[in-house]
Formats: sequence, structure tokens, C-alpha cells
Amino acid sequence: MTNILIVVVVILLLATLVQIVRVSELLSDIKNKDVNEVTDKDNNTQGILFLIVGFGFLIFVVWQMVTWNHLLLPPASSVHGAQIDTLMKISMGLILIVFFVLSPILFYFLYKYRGKKSNKAYFFSHNNKLEVVWTIVPTIILTSLIIFGLKTWDKSMNVDVSESTTIIEVYAQQFNWNARYSGQDNTLGKANFRLVKGSNILGVDMLDASSADDKMSREVHLVIDKPVLLKFRSQDVIHSAFLPHFRVQMNCVPGMTTQFGFTPTKTTAQMKETEGDDFEYILLCNKICGASHYNMQMKFIVETQEEYDVWLDSQENLESKLLTQK
Amino acid sequence: MSEHHKESFITKYVFTMDHKMIAKQFLITGMFMGVVGMLMSAIFRVQLANPGESSILYSLLPGAWLNDAGGLNPDKYLALVTMHGTILVFWVLTAGLSGTFANFLIPLQIGARDMASGFLNMLSYWFFFIATVVLLSSLFVETGPASGGWTIYPPLSALPQAIPGSGTGMTLWLISITLFVVGSLLGGLNYIVTILNLRTIGMTMQRLPLTIWALLITAILGVLSFPVLLSCGLLLIFDRSFGTSFYLSDIIINGEALHNEGGSPILFEHLFWFLGHPEVYIILLPALGIVSEVIAVNSRKPIFGYKAMVGALLLIAFLSFIVWGHHMFMTGMNPFLGSVFTFTTLLIAIPSAVKVFNYLATLWRGNIRFTPAMLFAIGTVSAFITGGLTGIILGDSALDINVHDTYFVVGHFHIVMGLSAIYGMFAGVYHWFPKMYGRMMNKNLGYIHFWGTFICAYGVFFPMHFLGLAGLPRRYYSNSAFPMFDGLSDINELITFFALAGAIVQVFFLFNFFYSIFKGTKSSQNPWKSNTLEWTTPVERIHGNWPGELPVVTRWAYDYSKPGAEEDFILQTEPLKEGEIEH
Ligand code: HEM
Ligand SMILES: [Cu+2]
Ligand SMILES: [Cu+2]
Repeated sequence: MTNILIVVVVILLLATLVQIVRVSELLSDIKNKDVNEVTDKDNNTQGILFLIVGFGFLIFVVWQMVTWNHLLLPPASSVHGAQIDTLMKISMGLILIVFFVLSPILFYFLYKYRGKKSNKAYFFSHNNKLEVVWTIVPTIILTSLIIFGLKTWDKSMNVDVSESTTIIEVYAQQFNWNARYSGQDNTLGKANFRLVKGSNILGVDMLDASSADDKMSREVHLVIDKPVLLKFRSQDVIHSAFLPHFRVQMNCVPGMTTQFGFTPTKTTAQMKETEGDDFEYILLCNKICGASHYNMQMKFIVETQEEYDVWLDSQENLESKLLTQK
Repeated sequence: MSEHHKESFITKYVFTMDHKMIAKQFLITGMFMGVVGMLMSAIFRVQLANPGESSILYSLLPGAWLNDAGGLNPDKYLALVTMHGTILVFWVLTAGLSGTFANFLIPLQIGARDMASGFLNMLSYWFFFIATVVLLSSLFVETGPASGGWTIYPPLSALPQAIPGSGTGMTLWLISITLFVVGSLLGGLNYIVTILNLRTIGMTMQRLPLTIWALLITAILGVLSFPVLLSCGLLLIFDRSFGTSFYLSDIIINGEALHNEGGSPILFEHLFWFLGHPEVYIILLPALGIVSEVIAVNSRKPIFGYKAMVGALLLIAFLSFIVWGHHMFMTGMNPFLGSVFTFTTLLIAIPSAVKVFNYLATLWRGNIRFTPAMLFAIGTVSAFITGGLTGIILGDSALDINVHDTYFVVGHFHIVMGLSAIYGMFAGVYHWFPKMYGRMMNKNLGYIHFWGTFICAYGVFFPMHFLGLAGLPRRYYSNSAFPMFDGLSDINELITFFALAGAIVQVFFLFNFFYSIFKGTKSSQNPWKSNTLEWTTPVERIHGNWPGELPVVTRWAYDYSKPGAEEDFILQTEPLKEGEIEH
């Protein structure tokens, strides 16, 4: 039924269009004018339209910024994330300024210089001074942005791994995440995909001495203000570990290990106070990986050292989990 | 080649070697694919606004595969997104745009009778045509078309166990792209040779219209980068079918450990983006060329800073080969390498800014005539400003950490590449339609088409930036799995509303186009009062373009409103007057 309706509507629309064109052609025949010639009146209408719609668009942009501001991510919950946020504010401010200068100029020129048959344009083919200026100004602005950007990038990516850094493995597979804590020795035992079997879902090599105290978990607990180094592996296709609240993202690539280090600065409990009771830090998948790509998540919990210790103690280590089952 | 040459239906419309007819074949095929790609986006937009709801739009698409068992599931969603991206990037905005305007304009604007090789040119279209058939046929296979995203990253694209679309659908995709690349290479080589060798007397490089410069540089980019895509795809074919391990290593899928060891998917990404980044300029530059021409003609002013415009095109083209890593900041590359790519990427903003300033300076104190083509050309400038600026965020590796692969990217590239190029293409069609068909397209329908498109397009793509800044990843079938995205449904509904409205507006264009081919008012020889050579040919299409001798060029293409001249335009063939200096 709906299909028939759609067909009817389309036919009617086409018929209307034919009529519009016919009528406008007939009218101009009567007036002895070419319908498709652009008249001064057209230029006038279109110029004014540019002014109205153009500025309408700018207002729409402002409206979006105001109305949807509360939907954007809250300020970063990590040390490097705060620096990224600063850089983001500066860059955004800059591009918004340029946007709100250039777009009005464009729309205004269109209105201001809308054509008239009696007018003549001003022949102006180049001006070296002007061109040099508007090459150099963007160059200077961009150079400073590049420098600032690279500094921030450097601080975000080059983490010093010290004694106190907790090392955690994050393992991706279609379509879930697993984590492995490195235990007392703070060293992850070796792993190999050929060893994945039964409950040894990460393929940990239990002959490696560092493996015994490793712990597996379906959620990640972190200690506030304590640096952590996440090491990523993938079992099947490329996934991407995305922790938007911490400004952390890293691809998980089969056949290699990648990593990202950061320091959380707000506990989940603190975030619940400002963001609402249902707030959770979430790890999402951000690289297309198959049907359930849109639903591949793991909870991250940031807490105090005491809470963390209690939780970690309650987790079984791999030695008892895997070896006792043999 | 004489104009009395007899043409049968087959040699005139099907296996034609006339560049003008080949251009129309590219255009119509591109438009058809545009409609298919747009329908796909309408379907998945409906899904994003109303998750799980089935849509009658399905029945409009070819491929029964969509209609089987229960609505749009995640596999089908990803398949649609992949085909949408592939079709728009390669079919509409590469072949449809370059194929149409390079074929149509190069001989006409440089004063040549045809392309250097009419035969290769014909082959180029037919390779493209077969590629189209193969791609569309993948909509009919049982496991669906390729579904790993238009970037087809392995291992997802290599393993049918990982996603059904990586079975037969992916094989067809690879065959189709191979044919496509062969077609583009044949075309591209032909364009380069023609521009370098067949310019008429007096048409020096410094007098070339900017359209031709843009098409030349585009063709060079294509010839240098498409072969890399070909080899990239070839290795993928080996991995899929012959058990090699170029891209595969340490994989367990469906509980089975694969034999592959030692390969790396990152290698694929490097090869892919070595084409992929230049590709976005292959899409954009022809549009900028068209826009330069249309803006100059309709402002009745010379394009401002011709030399700088050419220089900027060259610089953008050069830089586009050394920035591909900005798509890979999050692959775990050495941070130093990331810094290098940030540096080169942000440099592109400089020539881009110069182009924008030059467009504005061209409009300044013009006598602007708002033809539908001019409206779309201005649309390109506006989209180029809006979308280009967000590139400064994405190109900065530190900021990319949190917006990479989110809807911010989707918003950015649709505006800067999608809209700029589509508008440029519309501008070209409205502008050269009289030359193509000897008739005019209806002006008022053109106006409606422009305003509808302009408003809806910003309504679709601008809000996407906010989704991205809220952390929403792209290629998600639904946002409902994460409570943190619950607040975004209003935005999604707004976007879908504009997407459907924008799709309907395109009916005005399609109708206008086909109606005007047969019923449009007759065009005069030079309806826009342009300077360039194509408007010195007769209105009726003839093989060989000029009935008599080839025209001789004596000045650049931009003598509009030159002081001392009677009219506000001077054809390129008009000799310089006594004492007149060239611009
Ligand atoms: C007709 C209006 C259009 C709409 C409503 C639309 C909408 C969308 C949306 C929502 C996505 C993202 C889906 C997702 O990531 O889950 C997408 C992807 C894409 N679109 Fe469009 N789009 C349109 C036109 C275009 C144009 C003109 C281009 C040409 C450049 C284009 C190229 C792409 C590409 C390359 C992708 C990425 C595909 C992938 O992820 O593999 N689209 N489109
Ligand atoms: Cu995923
Ligand atoms: Cu790129």
C-alpha cells in the first residue's frame, strides 16, 4: 500500500515539475524573453537569499553550539587529556574565528556585488603584496599551532614507564574485551595465539615464570593519580580501544602489541557526582570489526588505592585459575 | 576526421570514440550511481534515527539481499555503508567527475579535435562500465556485498569468517576496483598526453584555463597513486585466495587458529592510504578547477592570482603524497613519525587558505551573475571553508587521539570532500549543459535545487561534528548499546530529516536534466559570454569540434571586464589590440 502511495506521489511530483517549467516558458514567451536568462531581478533575489540563508546558517551553527554543548564529552579525566583539551580549545577557538570571519565575508560579497546589467566589474587580476600577506599570515598561525600540537603529542605518547606504573593488557576479540593484570612482578607473562585453548582465552604461556601471578578480568580497575600502561593485542581483526573520557585511543592489531600510557585523575565516584549517577568510564571499539562492532564494551573503574587493593585481592591469579583445572 | 563521417546508432551512442559522447556516458553512469549511493545513505540514516525500523526504501534498491529475513541487521548496515562510501568516492566523484569533465573539457578548452587516443578513451569508459556491473552484481550475492568499510582493512576484509560480506562480495569488490583502476589509468594517461601535446597554436601553459590545470594535476595524481592501490589489492587477493600472509598474522577466528604468521595489516594501511589520501584530492581538485572557471565567468572578473592558483594546486598535489600517515596516527606508529605527518598535513592548510582568499578576491567588486552554476560554485567555496577548517583539528595528531574514527571525521570529510566536490560537479553540469546538449537547463528549477541542497546538506553534516565530540564512533549500527549516547537521538533524528529532504530535492535536478535534454530551450553559441574556446564551437555536436581550422589563441582565458574593451568579455581567440598588454 505504502509502495503504491509512493509511486503516486512521485508521479504527481513529476507532473507538477513539468507544469512549472511549461508555465514559466509560456509566460516568458508572452513577454518575449528567454526564461533562462539571468535578469537583474534574479541577481537581486539570489543576492538577498545568500545574505539571509548564509547568516541563517551561521545562526544555526551558534544554536547548535549552545543547545548541544551539554552533550559533549566532559573535561578529560587524565593528565595528558587536560593538555589535549587545552590544545583543543585553542584550535577550536581559532578555526571558529576564521569561520565566523570568512563565511560572512563570502555571503556579504555575494549580496554587495550582485550584478546589474548596467554595472561593470573591476578588472583586478593580481596583487603581489596582498598575496604575500595572506600566505604569510596563515603560515605563522599554523606554525605556532604545529609547534604547540607536537609538544602535546609528544607528552601524550612518550610515556616513561617507572616502577609505579601498573601494566595491564587489554585483549580484543570479536566482540568483547578482556584484561590481564601483570601481578606482583608487574610483568605480563608471554602469550602466543597458538596457546589459546579452553579457559586460557588469552593464550598465556604458563611455562613463563611471570605468568603465574597474572590475573584476568572482564573489567579494568585503576587507581586515581597512578600511571598505567595499557598493552593491546587482538585475536582476530583490527579493533581500536577508545576511552573517550581519558582521551585515549589505540588500535589493537593482530600480530603486534601496541600501547598507551596515561594517568587517571578522577575516580568514577567523583564523576558520578558531576555527570549523574549512571556515569561509567567505558572502553568502546572504534575500528570497524564486524557485526557487533557497535556493541563491544568494557567497564573501566577508577577508585582509591584501598578500594583497588580489595578488588585485586579478590581476583584469582592465573596459576590457580588455569593450572588447577588441568 | 570529417564532419560528414557517418555515424550509426552504435558508433554514436555506444562504442563511441568522440570525447564529448564519452563524457556524457561517464556523466550518466555517475549520476545513476549517485542515485544508488544516495538511496543507500537514506536507508541507513533511517536506521540511525529509528533503530530497527524497516523501511520501504529497501524496495527501491537493486539486490534482493536486503529484503530477506527481518529488516536491516548489523551486517547489512555495514554492507550499505561500505557500498555507499565506495560508490560515492570512486564511482561518482572520481569517474563521474573527472571522467565527465576531463573528457568533455580538455579537447574543447585546449583547442584539439579529440583526445590523443580516442580508442583508449573508449576503452577507459568500458572498463569503468564493466566495473560498475561487477560492483552492482555484488548486491545480489547471497552473503551480501563487501562490508568492511570502503577502506577494506584486512584481516576483516580478508576473512569471510569475520563478516559475511568478506566472502563473494569482497571478491567482486576487488575485481571491480581492479577494472576501475585500469579504466582510470587509461583515461588519466590520455588526459596528460592530450594536454601536453595537443594544445592549439598559442595555447601556452600560462594561458590554460584553470579547469585544465586542475584536470592535468588530477590525472598526474591518479597515474602515480592508483597503481599502488592496484598492488595493495593484489596482495589482498593473494592473502584471500592463495594462502599468503602479507597482511595476516596470529589470527584465531571462530575458534580456529590460522596458519598465517609474519604479515602485518599495517602494511596494508600504508599502501591503501598512499593512494587514499591523494584520492581525496583527485576528487577535490577537478571541482576546484571547475569552480575557478565558473566564478570568474559569472563575476565577470579575471580569476584573482592566476599564478598563485596554479602554484597552490601544484603544492597541494605535491603535499598530498606525503601526508597519508594522518589516517594512521592511532595504529601505534612511532610518535616521531606521527609528528612528521602532522607537520606535512597542517602545511596543506596554507595553499588551501590561499585558494579561498583568491576566490573571495575574485568576487570582490565583481558584477556577479547568479546562474545556477554560479550558486553551486559558491556552495563549493562555502563548504571548502567550513570543512577545511575542521581538518586543522584532525590533522593535529594530539587532537586526533580523541576524534579519530568518530562522527567528527564523518562530518569533516563529507563537507570538505563530499559537498565541495558534489557542488563543483553540479556547477559543471549546469554550466556546460548547453555545450553538451545544445539546450539550457531550467533556471528556476536550478535555483530550487541549489537552495534545497545547500540547506539540507549543512543540516545533515554540520551536526555530525557534535556527535563526534560527544565521542560517538562511526560505523555503528546503533547507538543504543551505550547509555552515554542516549542524549544524541535528537541530533540523529534531525540529521535524518535533512538527509531525506535533501534526497528528495535531488529530484528537481534529475528532472531538470532529463527534461532539458529533450525539451530545454535552445542555447545560443555562447550563453554565458565566456572567453574560453569551447564556446567558439558550433552549438550542434560535431565530431572534430571545429568545422574549419582549429582556433588560434592569443590571450589568457580571463579577460573579463577589461578596461578599454567594449564588451565585458574577450574571446581567447581575439588578437591583442595595438599596445594592449596581456593581463
Ligand atoms: C546523500 C547525502 C549523504 C548522506 C546522508 C551521507 C551519510 C553518511 C553517513 C551517516 C555515513 C557514516 C555511516 C557510519 O559511519 O556508520 C557515511 C559514510 C560515508 N560517506 Fe556519506 N553521505 C552522503 C553523501 C556522501 C558523499 C557526497 C560522499 C562523497 C565523498 C560520501 C562518502 C562517504 C564515505 C567515504 C563514507 C565512509 C564509508 C565507510 O565508513 O566505509 N557520502 N555517509
Ligand atoms: Cu569494532
Ligand atoms: Cu588523508
